[in-house]
Amino acid sequence: MIEFKLPSLGADMDEGKLLEWKVSPGDTVKKGQVVAIVDTSKAAVDVEIWSEGRVFELLVAPGETIPVGTVMATLLEAGETPETAKRMPRAAPAPKPAAPARPHPSPLPRAGGEGVVSGRRRISPAARKHAEELGVDIEAIPGTGPDGAVTLSDVEQAAAAKVSPAKTAAVPDKQAEMRRAIAAAMSRSKREIPHYYLSEPVTMRRATEWLAKANEGRPITSRLLMAVLQLKAVALALRKYPEMNGFFRDGAFQPAAAAHIGVAISLRQGGLIAPAIHDVGEKSLEQLMLDLTDLVKRARAGSLRSSEMSDPTITVTNLGEQGVAAVYGVIYPPQVALVGFGRIVEQPWVENGALTIMPVVTASLAADHRVSDGHRGALFLAELRDLLQQPENL
Amino acid sequence: MEEKELRTVVVATLKTIAPEVEEADLRPDRPLRNQVDLDSMDWLNFLIGLHDKLKVDIPEADYAKLVTLGDVLDYLKKKLK
Repeated sequence: MIEFKLPSLGADMDEGKLLEWKVSPGDTVKKGQVVAIVDTSKAAVDVEIWSEGRVFELLVAPGETIPVGTVMATLLEAGETPETAKRMPRAAPAPKPAAPARPHPSPLPRAGGEGVVSGRRRISPAARKHAEELGVDIEAIPGTGPDGAVTLSDVEQAAAAKVSPAKTAAVPDKQAEMRRAIAAAMSRSKREIPHYYLSEPVTMRRATEWLAKANEGRPITSRLLMAVLQLKAVALALRKYPEMNGFFRDGAFQPAAAAHIGVAISLRQGGLIAPAIHDVGEKSLEQLMLDLTDLVKRARAGSLRSSEMSDPTITVTNLGEQGVAAVYGVIYPPQVALVGFGRIVEQPWVENGALTIMPVVTASLAADHRVSDGHRGALFLAELRDLLQQPENL
Repeated sequence: MEEKELRTVVVATLKTIAPEVEEADLRPDRPLRNQVDLDSMDWLNFLIGLHDKLKVDIPEADYAKLVTLGDVLDYLKKKLK
């Protein structure tokens, strides 16, 4: 039996609301298949599954809010039959946070509450809570569980049978929710991660000239942006300095094999999201441009995949667009580094003993002192600078 | 294409990128990218949108000429002649 759990969709998300199942019991699923859509404070996320099997039971109903790690469904492995598989109790819905923000992720409630005796009737805490949410009188519901226990599905059936006027719960303010989520993740970052910051001016004449030339011959629909050169350069620099790329978990650094770069994307309605472009080091600039265009479009439309949310190994932010010269970022845990680019500005520059006008961008690094030191960080930025002097090799 | 019609197309394209834009608030003589928060990806998508709707090609070298809404309208008028 395989348990399909709600994956973490980033440090700033500890629960999600199931919007829709994309599979039904009996369906065969493949690795990477989107099986559910879950709403977070930032976006509706297409949740992928990373094991193969046949869907046995769906344990969470659309509309339920559940904590990360909750078993959402069970699957049969090859060779298993419904008869050999044991039925799982239904998952308990998440308790709604009472305080506006929780400083620490709360411990996960166990999926499926054990029945507790309530008077002479057995009613699971989850069923009782759900009944309250749905405005159903739990004492009036006939139980179909063991010993006549009232189960979650009994509650749902009772709620469905009744035309419920109690379903007018206030719609949570999405903006406020996102701000709280960002606040929680960034507070955790500043509390736990000993950041150090470095910056380096990077001459961009070669890169801007190369890009102008490359775009000259291209139709507008396949033009490249400077951002993709910067992303690729970061990915290549990470190969030499792997201590900037990965996660700090359980007291230790886990380097990542590939560079999945989280791209900080500002949302028009406010807020920020940093989903990953996978395997940036292995992709051509053209492919990266397609990926970036697609990612920005889907991020703004609120349609991202769970893997994009959960596995960025480093984040790159480009605030130059808004006109700032440099940005010193806050690392997104459990990542260990963040690279920032400011605006490309023309400035006086000494080259070969002569004064010239040079387009320059300030590249910055915020990195985790538990994993690397300023010396290595400086070498990483120098490598990044050098890579951007050879745009033709990116 | 009439100027008014052209303006309608341009503003509609802009709204696909920045839905919060109110046409009445757009000053034709002020830099567009300051009035509407457009990053380079938004800007490229805006031009691609114009390219698709009006079938005009806008070389990257011409981007510098397209600062205000008025500039964009003038540029497109010339291209569409």
